[in-house]
Amino acid sequence: MAVIEVSNLAKRYGDQVALDGVSFSVEQGEIFGILGPNGAGKTTAVECMAGLRRPSSGTIRVLGLDPQQQGHALRERVGVQLQETHLQDKLKVWEALDLYASFYPRPADWNKLLETWGLAAKRNAMIGKLSGGQKQRLFIALALVGNPELVFLDELTSGLDPQARRLTWGLVKQIRDSGVTVVLVSHFMDEAEELCDRVAIFDQGQITALDSPEGLIDLAETTHRLLFRPTSELDEAELSGLPGVTGVSREGGRVVVSGTGDFASAVTSELARRRVLVADLRIEGRTLDEAYVALTGHTLEV
Amino acid sequence: MTAMTGFGKLAFVETKLFLRERVAVAALFGIPIALVVGFGLIPGFDKPSKTLSGQIGTEYIASLGVAIVIAILALNGIPSALGTYREKGILRRLSATPLRPAMLLTAKLMVWVATVLISVTMIVAVSRLAFHVPLPVKLGWFAVSVFLGVAALFALGLFVAAVAPTSRAATGIGMLLFFPNMFLAGVYFPTEEMSHTLQTIGDYSPLGAALHAVRQTWMGQDPRMLYLGIMAGWAIVAGLAAARFFRWE
Repeated sequence: MAVIEVSNLAKRYGDQVALDGVSFSVEQGEIFGILGPNGAGKTTAVECMAGLRRPSSGTIRVLGLDPQQQGHALRERVGVQLQETHLQDKLKVWEALDLYASFYPRPADWNKLLETWGLAAKRNAMIGKLSGGQKQRLFIALALVGNPELVFLDELTSGLDPQARRLTWGLVKQIRDSGVTVVLVSHFMDEAEELCDRVAIFDQGQITALDSPEGLIDLAETTHRLLFRPTSELDEAELSGLPGVTGVSREGGRVVVSGTGDFASAVTSELARRRVLVADLRIEGRTLDEAYVALTGHTLEV
Repeated sequence: MTAMTGFGKLAFVETKLFLRERVAVAALFGIPIALVVGFGLIPGFDKPSKTLSGQIGTEYIASLGVAIVIAILALNGIPSALGTYREKGILRRLSATPLRPAMLLTAKLMVWVATVLISVTMIVAVSRLAFHVPLPVKLGWFAVSVFLGVAALFALGLFVAAVAPTSRAATGIGMLLFFPNMFLAGVYFPTEEMSHTLQTIGDYSPLGAALHAVRQTWMGQDPRMLYLGIMAGWAIVAGLAAARFFRWE
């Protein structure tokens, strides 16, 4: 069942086109990634879906509702963590959760959220005194306090240190595992690769590709390198004719085979057939990062 | 939902947040009282003064206190508070919940109006108990004058919050309006000593009209309808303009 259906969504600010005919759907229970550089239209898309912005054209259905016409009913069932929103510095952590819980018809137990998001010790702290990571966790907890069926998380790990990011990723998976659909906006490839079931790549207001992270990598057909150290005699030329292989070379004692698609399986089975034993076998590349470059023609500049 | 509704809780939280701004709270409740006490202790200040149209000195200072509280809240408090709420995205975050952001504005206005009422009550009480200043003689008209003064100046403050692009600009514009308003109303020196032109300009300023009406009703006169009309006019014009231009983000 589709939780979100977007078709031909466009948004213009004066002459500027933020979204130029975007269509996609988000399925129940998945983590759907919206990935792209700044100015690609990611946040605008989220704001339109959350009913915070009126689209110039196109239709949106979220949980079967029209975000513009049925915004109130929608906001009772959707949680958001938005970029560039803060809370009052002198508000205490528990007060914020208690306050936001009171806005919803069936709120979650915010004491449990405090525990889950590691904020129990900061319960009485003022928000202005929290660290970046603590604030971010509070904002995610606030997105969940209304017991939503769907949450939008916009750039949730921006400004976090690597350890805090890992921690946050684990918690986002927990959200999904509890049955909540997650729309995750990010400009980090590793984040999308780690978390998302499907990813839409946004570029200049359009979707250039939409697939699972693995699917996107395959789609991009990027060249990868297979490296190994043969422990018996090997004539490298015999590998160059294998399907997908684009080049074979020797770097010191190591053989480097580059290729696309499933060339690595072909190479390893050929080695096995010839009874060539190898050591230090590894594959380089094959990240969503490279796929992104291949699909859009430019790197993901922040 | 808990016992308290979303709005009730919001109003309660906004009250707590207001009380946590210790400097502002001390200023709003302390400045008028300090003025009344400071001037009240001057010998002879408890007599009707010719230069103050026959008003008792302390009573005149107490009236100034009422005007000052309204002006500080309206022209300093409202623009910077709302500018900050908008700039920090607090209004934006709230607009993504089932609660309408207008409720936040309502909650804040309630806190501010309550602040004026408490401060005015304190001014009247301290003047009466410590310095034998009579209670406002025309109490009903006094209340109407305070109410219209609040409406006129709060509307002006809301208008500043609506049109200012940033919170710094809002605070700056608020200050630019605050000092001339205080001057024209006669807070720095009595309007009785001003030129006729300045007096007339002062009469039409929102704070000037408010202070005149408060003084008149305290002394036992009916307020000039002109002053009430001027305050109502400011409230309507500035209020409508604020509603027209207000942005949540």
